[in-house]
Amino acid sequence: MSEVDAPPEPQAPPRPRRNLAKLVRTAAWLALLVVLLALPLYLDAAWLKAGQYMMIGGVGAIGLTLVVGQAGQLSLAHAFFLLAGGTAYTVLSGPAGDDRVIGFGLDPGLSLLGAVAVAALLGLAFAPVAGRLRGIYLGVASLALVFLGLYFGQSAEELTGGTSTGRTPAPFSLFGFPFTNDGPEITLLGVPIRQAERTWYLFLLLTVLAFVIARGAVHGRVGRSWRAVRDNEAAAAVMGVSVMRAKAGAFAVSSAYGGLAGAMTVLWFDILKPDESEFGTYGINVSIAFLAMVIIGGLGSVPGALVGALIVNGLPQVLALYSADLGWFSGTGDGALTPVLVSSFVYGAAIVLVVLFEPGGLAAIGRRLTQRRFRRQPPEEK
Amino acid sequence: MNTFLQLVVNGLGKGAVFALLALGFVIIFKATEVVNFAHGSLVLFGGYLVVVTRDALGWVGASLVGIVSAGLLGLVVERLLLSRSRHADANSLALLTIGVDVIVTEEIVRRLGVTLPFLGDAWDAKPFQLGGITLFRTHLVALGVAAVLITAFWLAFKYSNWGVAMRAQAENREAAALMGIRSSRVTATAWLVAGVLAGVAVLFIATQDFSGAGLSRGTHSIALAAFPAAILGGLDSTAGAVVGGLVVGLVEALSAQYVSFDFSKSAVFLVMLVVLVVRPSGLFGTRERTRV
Repeated sequence: MSEVDAPPEPQAPPRPRRNLAKLVRTAAWLALLVVLLALPLYLDAAWLKAGQYMMIGGVGAIGLTLVVGQAGQLSLAHAFFLLAGGTAYTVLSGPAGDDRVIGFGLDPGLSLLGAVAVAALLGLAFAPVAGRLRGIYLGVASLALVFLGLYFGQSAEELTGGTSTGRTPAPFSLFGFPFTNDGPEITLLGVPIRQAERTWYLFLLLTVLAFVIARGAVHGRVGRSWRAVRDNEAAAAVMGVSVMRAKAGAFAVSSAYGGLAGAMTVLWFDILKPDESEFGTYGINVSIAFLAMVIIGGLGSVPGALVGALIVNGLPQVLALYSADLGWFSGTGDGALTPVLVSSFVYGAAIVLVVLFEPGGLAAIGRRLTQRRFRRQPPEEK
Repeated sequence: MNTFLQLVVNGLGKGAVFALLALGFVIIFKATEVVNFAHGSLVLFGGYLVVVTRDALGWVGASLVGIVSAGLLGLVVERLLLSRSRHADANSLALLTIGVDVIVTEEIVRRLGVTLPFLGDAWDAKPFQLGGITLFRTHLVALGVAAVLITAFWLAFKYSNWGVAMRAQAENREAAALMGIRSSRVTATAWLVAGVLAGVAVLFIATQDFSGAGLSRGTHSIALAAFPAAILGGLDSTAGAVVGGLVVGLVEALSAQYVSFDFSKSAVFLVMLVVLVVRPSGLFGTRERTRV
């Protein structure tokens, strides 16, 4: 983990090499964005669906890397905030007047914002606990939220629809434009832009927003205060950082990201279905999967979190799509290898290898590769 | 009143098993400052070997194999992975154990498939009456076994060379090393002992009386309930592990009866949260102090 970043020296003489590196990096990000924008024109719906799932992981992982890597607070509660966000979206946007479940009939766009806000508020509500605890104690304490979420899903049937049936979320639309197969028919380069393509663009927009905001926070004052608290609470306090506020803020921001990822999850599955046991869509295993993304990517690195999500959330999807063609994983029933199982093995092993050989994760490897090219560049922030 | 008494005995019986598991966390934490997230997979591993060897060796032999192999897995994890990354800090090592846990658990759950065998043959599902209350033998045996094991551990911790070395290392790693204590040996035995305790615990967990379910992913999550036990007692306190275990057992049994079964899992964690808010290092844990 890097030490607290020194503020950039004012009026430093321009360093051409550094500028070049910056230019190349910006160009690379833009090129990536263009590719992502063009993909729906070439991929079929199944692959787009897989890509959307990776983006859900990306949004969630960015949030988790802020609290775990930047602010140094171990959180195993991410699955709870996923459930909270998903439920909030479904309840806010759900049709009013259903006698089985509660709905407010709000505009889906507004509901999405509401979901993020609800998750952030829940994160803030947990902040007094989070502020008092440290390290592993906080990790296990946050695990309590996952169990509370499990109970909430089982018992608050008017909100969640219950574990047996769940409930369907309102399809997303923005200013009246539906992200389904209805509405205006759009064709781009001969490709009809339907639900899969539209949702891809929506998720891409959300991911990019999440990414940009997180980068901004990490580079700015907020990020500095988080890292100061992570590295030494006492020193941070002496330097004038409000430790409680930094911790609570990091937790709330990360919860907001979790809530957004949860709303995306509900839209992706097209159903909100709380878990029956502690292993499921919103269970411990999901919290651990998100932690895995963050560790594999490199604790605290925002781009790393995205790559981690690509591996952890992407692998089962990609394997499932390929296996149909290749005839892998055809076994069913007892002892069958499934795509989910294989990717669990892969990311379990990846965690072990990362901790053993490259504690900085993939981000550190990436940094080393780029630094070889631009040797004199000072170390990047994480 | 009778129901209440019955619940208390059952709760203490369950609590004894949680105490065994929590003690495993605490021993490892004391020796290495690593929190072992892979404890649940040690539990599953021990249980799985009981299942595999039971036909050939009978219940007693299979149980011994299970207990020993859970201990050995703990030892292997420590020797193979943790001892090789001496420079990583304790928190990253805790994350490493998560990776181990994912792999071992998924593989054993895959191997088990849909067969979810019960393990506690010798005493399972043989309730008996005592003064108007029905007691499960599992809980009584668990209490007895835990009492013996915990006393033995406590005596060893207090009086044996290993205990002295262990306490020295928990106090100050570097000073202990300078005094000639072989830290790798202490660490390795800590993992071995913790694994053995996990192997004993699973013989009670995967029973009709304890969980009503056989060896499965559920067994792993029951082992997770020992986490709050260790935490609320204080991660570096052996007495805390025992108290924490009993508290968790009681809370679970009472809330399942008086509130609802679904709630009982969260109740344990709620109690832990309350304890942590009041005492951030658990009931008996050492408080971290920062001086400026």
